[in-house]
Amino acid sequence: MTRTRLLWPALALVALLLLNLIVEPSFFELRLQDGHLFGSLVDILRNGAPTLLIALGMTLVIATRGIDLSVGAVAAIAGAVTCTYIASTGDALTAMALALGVCVVLGLWNGFLVAVLGIQPIIATLVLMTAGRGIAMLLTEGQIVTVDNPLFRQVGAGFLFLPIAILISLAALVAVALVTRRTALGMLIESVGVNPEASRLAGVRSRTIIWTVYVFAALCSGVAGLMISSNVSAADANSAGLWIEMDAILAVVIGGTLLTGGRYSLTGTLLGALTIQTLTTTVYTIGVPPEVTLVFKAGVVIIVCLLQAPRVAPALTRAPQPRQVEEAMAR
Amino acid sequence: MTALTQPRFLSRVQSRVPSRFLPVIATFVVFVLTFGAGAVRYEGFASGQVIANLFIDNAFLIVLAVGMTFVILTGGIDLSVGAVVALSTMIAAATLEAGWPAWLAVLAVLASGSTLGLGMGLMIHKLRVQPFIATLAGMFLARGLCFVISIDSISIKDPAFRTIATETVMLPGKVAITYSVLIALAVVAVAAYVLHLTRFGRTVYAVGGSESSARLMGLATGRVTVGVYVISGFCSALAGLLFSFYMLSGYGLHAVGMELDAIAAVVVGGTLLAGGMGYVGGSVVGVLVLGTVQTIISFEGTLSSWWTRIVIGVLLLAFIALQRLILYRQRDL
Repeated sequence: MTRTRLLWPALALVALLLLNLIVEPSFFELRLQDGHLFGSLVDILRNGAPTLLIALGMTLVIATRGIDLSVGAVAAIAGAVTCTYIASTGDALTAMALALGVCVVLGLWNGFLVAVLGIQPIIATLVLMTAGRGIAMLLTEGQIVTVDNPLFRQVGAGFLFLPIAILISLAALVAVALVTRRTALGMLIESVGVNPEASRLAGVRSRTIIWTVYVFAALCSGVAGLMISSNVSAADANSAGLWIEMDAILAVVIGGTLLTGGRYSLTGTLLGALTIQTLTTTVYTIGVPPEVTLVFKAGVVIIVCLLQAPRVAPALTRAPQPRQVEEAMAR
Repeated sequence: MTALTQPRFLSRVQSRVPSRFLPVIATFVVFVLTFGAGAVRYEGFASGQVIANLFIDNAFLIVLAVGMTFVILTGGIDLSVGAVVALSTMIAAATLEAGWPAWLAVLAVLASGSTLGLGMGLMIHKLRVQPFIATLAGMFLARGLCFVISIDSISIKDPAFRTIATETVMLPGKVAITYSVLIALAVVAVAAYVLHLTRFGRTVYAVGGSESSARLMGLATGRVTVGVYVISGFCSALAGLLFSFYMLSGYGLHAVGMELDAIAAVVVGGTLLAGGMGYVGGSVVGVLVLGTVQTIISFEGTLSSWWTRIVIGVLLLAFIALQRLILYRQRDL
């Protein structure tokens, strides 16, 4: 099953890249300049870094059968905190640490609503999604705060042979893969996703695990928010990270992680995030107005969902699905 | 047992009204309190026209919240409504610009909204795609289609649209309302009738309570699951028309984030997000609460608009907490 799940997003990615190659033969060209790698592929990686990082946190949240809608708002808050602090003191390191600290608190808040009060994740995080941008506006007083700090600029726009942003995202991905797949943590997260109550009775600390994944998701969003605002050297509370929660959820779903929880694929999320970014780039390459990207995104979601849909997937893979068994029994 | 563990006033209230009405009553109390606070603080706040303006400025949101109530009652969610509103303004503006008569433009808008809803409903029911993802796809599609029609804003110059938009109806007491308000109230009345006095409406509640039980009882769950998304699509299209009366233009960036306002209004209106419990009347009061908050903030003048979002967030939180309380008590009983 895992292999077929990864097959479709991988095929979609390859198809998109090939389309680009046909339209723009120089698409795969890479050049080295001042020790930095440049080219369309590098651009895809760099622009996709925030989405990938947020999708990474989202994957773990979704694996516990949750969802986090507040990631975009959290990213905006992180940018707002950092930029206002830098604007007043000029200390980038403290500013970023402060922003990430705030994000951890926001993650704790989401986790508290979901794990302790038992509120549906979609609604619990909707609260912060609605209020979060208001808080970010409050911090920046409705202005776009611009900063000029060389250290802060490195996070989103810097190069260390490859763009620093993508290095951060990939490092986080590898770290999560090691921590969850080389230890039992990944399995515990999946078991909470299958049935939190049964997991608790089996001795898994469901509540702590759920709490942890929300904090981790908020932290990822915070770092992504730093990348976004660092890239433009400004905090825009209104539009920083707007709709990025949808892109991140999309990346996770395209990657074959089911929203019903209980199973997740980090490789899938990587493929999903890259597919979405490549799609956006493709639309630019073939000269369609960028706003129309949304139609293509809808097309990709619908196709991938149809391929993975419980009613369609069996016809392609011939594996029995629990839903069908359940329905057969119901009849 | 439960009476002992509850605060006294709750048990006293409970003895008189069924707990399913509690959230709606709470919403109404919040509305009276916020409006009262505004009336005490600002001169001229407690006038008939301010109340009428609440309806005029939020007519589209009322229609949207009614459609969303149907979907949420079945335990689903519709993220596409804001985008469908934008698409509707765009279709209306573009068809009118192309010289279509107003009635044909209206029909085109309503038909395309319903069709989009039908598509999402079928995806959810037939293919078992999760409502969240299916309507997310619908949202992207509708927003994208807006920009396929035109990237720029198109103004509406059609005389029929302009007349409906600007004509007012005088009520006793020199209170003026627009036709949009009448349309919105008619939608609320029809929705309440459908939900409480038809087989379809009862099945909506049954599906929200437990879909498998409803199916085993032989109810037409499939038809209802698809039906609520068609209703929501239709309501979004109608709300889009009301919104185009309000703005007199079509634009792909209209109504960004309006789906969140609609969901917030429904939740604040006391509808349970798990489905099966709630009333359209509650959603209307929910819209009025959000509208009052906005009015107070504009009356205050010094407070900036972002406070609206924070207050809405806090209200959402308060009502979610209230819902948890009611659910816990039901489990106890």
